[in-house]
Order: sequence, then C-alpha cells, then structure tokens
Amino acid sequence: MSVISLNHVAMEFPSLEGIGSVRALDDVNLEFHENEFVVALGASGCGKTTLLNVIAGFLSPTSGEILNKGLPVAGPGRDRGVVFQKHALLPWLNVVENTEFGLKLQGVASDERRARARANLSLVGLSDFERYPIYQLSGGMQQRVGLARALTCDPDMLLMDEPLGALDAFTRENMQELILDVWRKTQKVVFFITHSVEEALFMATRLIVMSPRPGRITHQYELSFCDRFFETGDARSVKSSSEFIKMREEILSIIYGEEVGEQPP
Amino acid sequence: MNLNPFSKRAPTVVDQYGAPGQGSSTAISAITIVIILGGWWLVTHLELIRPLFLPSPELVIAKFNKIACTEYYFEKLLVAVGARAEVEAPCHGFSEHTLHEHIIWSLYRVFTSFFLAVITAIPIGVAMGMSRMARGVFDPPIEFYRPIPPLAYLPLTIIWFGIGESGKLFLIFLACFAPIAINARAGVRSVSIEQIHAAYSMGASRQQVIWQVVIKAALPEILTGMRVAIAFGWTTLVAAEMVAAKAGIGVMVLNAARFLATDIVFLGIVVIGAVAFVFDLLMRKIEKALVPWKGKV
Ligand SMILES: Nc1ncnc2c1ncn2[C@@H]1O[C@H](COP(=O)(O)OP(=O)(O)O)[C@@H](O)[C@H]1O
Ligand SMILES: [Mg+2]
Repeated sequence: MSVISLNHVAMEFPSLEGIGSVRALDDVNLEFHENEFVVALGASGCGKTTLLNVIAGFLSPTSGEILNKGLPVAGPGRDRGVVFQKHALLPWLNVVENTEFGLKLQGVASDERRARARANLSLVGLSDFERYPIYQLSGGMQQRVGLARALTCDPDMLLMDEPLGALDAFTRENMQELILDVWRKTQKVVFFITHSVEEALFMATRLIVMSPRPGRITHQYELSFCDRFFETGDARSVKSSSEFIKMREEILSIIYGEEVGEQPP
Repeated sequence: MNLNPFSKRAPTVVDQYGAPGQGSSTAISAITIVIILGGWWLVTHLELIRPLFLPSPELVIAKFNKIACTEYYFEKLLVAVGARAEVEAPCHGFSEHTLHEHIIWSLYRVFTSFFLAVITAIPIGVAMGMSRMARGVFDPPIEFYRPIPPLAYLPLTIIWFGIGESGKLFLIFLACFAPIAINARAGVRSVSIEQIHAAYSMGASRQQVIWQVVIKAALPEILTGMRVAIAFGWTTLVAAEMVAAKAGIGVMVLNAARFLATDIVFLGIVVIGAVAFVFDLLMRKIEKALVPWKGKV
C-alpha cells in the first residue's frame, strides 16, 4: 500500500530576475510504500528540497496532487516528521526537552512524554546527554537529537533534507549506519535527500536521480546494498564491493553525462 | 577594563596573528581611570580651575555626605544600638529632600515607565513581526517619533498631561517604547524557518508556534531592547523632571545649576551614571540567566 503518492506534481517559482518563472519541479510522479527507504540524489538546484517541502506540506504545488493515504495533503502534519540539514532544534530546551517537544505540543502528560523521549534518545545513542544544552553538542549529536525528536511524534514517514550534509566524513559514515539502524527498528517510510552518490547507494532501497531545469526525476533504481549491510554489519566491505563500485560509476556517468549535455554547443 | 563583577575570567588564549583589537585592555583602562581621577584632584588642588567650574573630589564627597545625611543616619544608628543618647547632626538634604529620596523618586519614574513600555511594546513588536497588518499599522508612527529628541515633544506632553506625574511618565515611556518594540520585531524575524517548520510538522497550532517558538527565539533580542530602553529611560529622566518636579535626581541637578552649586551638579551626574551602570549590570546578569544560548547557535 502506498503511503504518499505524487501525481503529475509541478512547482513553479517566480524567477529572481522577475521575468518568467523557475520550474523547480516538473511532472513528478512518485509513490512511497511501506517500509521503503527512498533516497533523492541530484546536484544542487534540481528541486530536491522543493520536492520534500511539497511532501511535508510546507509548499503547495502549482499543479498536480499529493495524496496521503488517499487524502490530499493540505499542510504539514505530525504523520510526516522532518529532519533538517541545520538541526533546527530549540536552544532554550535541553536535549530531552527538545526530544519531547512534539508530545508537549499535543498535550501528552509529562511522565509519558519523558519516557517516550528517553526511549528515542537511547535509540540514537544519546541517553547520557539528556540534560545537555543543545549548543554544547557536536553537529552529529545535534542531528541525532533532531532524528529522535522527529521519531518521538511517531510519524508514518520521515523526511530528511541532507541531514548529514554539514558533517565531517567520519561522523557522516557513522550516522549513515545509525539512520539505517533506526529505520530498520522503527519501520518508518523514509525520504532522504543527499548529493553524495555513495551515501545514496548505500542507504536506499529505492534511488531516484533528479536533474535540474526543470527539476524532474530522470532515473529510478531498486537497490539492496543496505540489506547487505544489515547481513554483514560491515559498511566498508559493502561500499568497496564490485557491484557497489559498478553502480556508483553508472550513477556518476549519468550525472556527468548530464553536465556534458548541458554544455553550450 | 572589565567592570562586570559577574563575568567569569576569560581563559588565556594565544592571540591569533592579525586578529583586530586583540589582547586585554583592562590594565590600560585602569590607568585611564587613575589619570582622569588624579588629574581632577591635581587640577583642583593646584587651583588651576575655580571650584565654580570644577569642584575638587573632596568637595563632591563632602556634598554627598551632606545631602545624603550620612552623619545624621549614622548617629541614628548609634542611638538605635544605645551607643548615643540623641541625634545631633542636622539633615537638610537639598531641595527639601535627601539624596535617597531623590533617587527613589527617579527610580520610581524610570521603572514605572519602563514597566509600562515592556508590557505594551513586547506584544506590539511581536505582532509587527508576525503580521503584515500590525506592521502596517504600527510602523509609521513608531518610525516617525523614534528619532525625535524627547525635549522636542516635552512641551506637547505638558499640554496633554499638565505638569503632574503622568506627563513625566509618558515622556520616559515613549523613550523606552521604541527600542523594545523594534527589537522584539527584529527578534521575531530572527527565528529560523526550519524551527517553525519543525514545530508545524510536529502538529503545532499557530498559537503554539507563536508562544513556544517565536517568542522564545525572540527573547535574546527582546532583552537587548530592554537594556537599550532602560538606558534611554535614564537619558530622558532629566528632561522629564525639568517641569515642576519636586524631587528626583534630575530636579536636584537642575536646581543646583540654578544656584551654581557645581559640586551638587557633579554629584547628581555621578549618581545617575552609577545607578544606570548598576542596572545595566543587572540586565546583563538577567540576560545570562534567561538566554544562556545567546550567540551560541
Ligand atoms: N522560495 C523560492 N523562491 C524562488 N525560487 C526558489 C524557491 N525555492 C527554490 N527555488 C528555486 O527552485 C530550484 C530548486 O531549488 P531546491 O529545491 O532548493 O533545490 P535543491 O534542494 O535540489 O538544491 C532552484 O533553482 C531554486 O533557485
Ligand atoms: Mg536543498
């Protein structure tokens, strides 16, 4: 059963020069199914964030429809949790207060929300940091709080806009494994944006490759490298396997090919 | 010099090559203060300047003791503990009030106005940040009156409110209002769109976003506005007390100037400076306690 489906979605922005418009999304058709990990890959400016904002309900598309379990999306809702590139945590709350914030908004009793926040903090490995102010945490830890916060509202779907984009390479690889782990344990539908080919291939069960001007989906792949990681527990060997490298070169050649294709004649 | 007794000593760090203004300026500031005070003492003792223009430090201190009735209260204390039979020292103060009465009157005026400004300017400033409508309504009047010096509209407050207390409070209120409203509005604008989106995607209502995200995120700038406002309040105090006030530090200074009592003018200026400084320290302390995340995210 599909959780979210997009039918012929297009999004136009007025262009910055004031004349004409930017087609950030053009005829996007996409379905998210139970327990999928969908990764959107593409160069910057190809409409990835716009696509996520449309699904989250922060933007309403110029044309086309987005159905959430059969009903049109009218705005943001707590069935779709969002993790942002910059953590977007609230600095006046400590780690556990940030994590339980969504439940507080819903009026859940403080004992219960604390318990649920704690469970999710331990899921992301931050049990020992409950009382820390968030500005004393490293970037990776802040992103983990962001993830725990989104999970605490128990959404059906997690939307992540380059959540690892600002992290250093080591932290980034650890976080990839952590997110996969969380995904496997919580069974959420994940929509994950990245511009790292390796990250996309490693994590996705389905990869969508996007291309700019107009922003559209050009390729889709069903992948299973993450399953191989779950079997072996060894990310490095997955990422250095010959299939992985072959796939990576294929994707790179698509992206590279587009760039060549865009050169003026 | 770092005069803030609440601030922790900064850790010693190696200076960055080429960093502008590097190094501690504490010692230099201390020397400056010593030179100013020493120069004041020297110039008055060598009688280079007549006391009418520049009274000596001792004269100002003596005036302080006289107007504050130090001796009178000291003797009163001795009587209270039974070390003395009766109070003999006189207590006249100046302009029929002792120094602390003047100070209390001025504090009352500044803080009443400040309080009124806080409870009106914060909601209006936040509304201006949140809504096109409120911004359209309040922006023109605030931006229009803000740069006008309070002395210019002082006559108007007299015409409107008469020479009683309310006109004085209104004048100081106006001085405090604009910086708080403008900072509250800017604070609302400093909330990141991601924070707001995050709240909405966790099921927040618009009211919850305003109360639990926007106002909290605007708090550092609201407090900055309050700090600026209280300083403006002190600045406007003397102007407010120019008209038919019986007591207040401003009154004291103005009356003293009329009698060419330069030592009392000096004293009044120092008192206003000291009180304003103490409240600025207090505001900084409050800021540290309420918004420890300021500048860290
Ligand atoms: N709010 C907006 N107003 C105008 N143009 C926008 C807006 N948001 C995005 N765009 C444009 O839409 C295109 C896609 O942007 P975006 O979705 O942010 O891409 P990505 O996330 O893939 O880098 C870009 O050309 C960008 O300039
Ligand atoms: Mg983006």
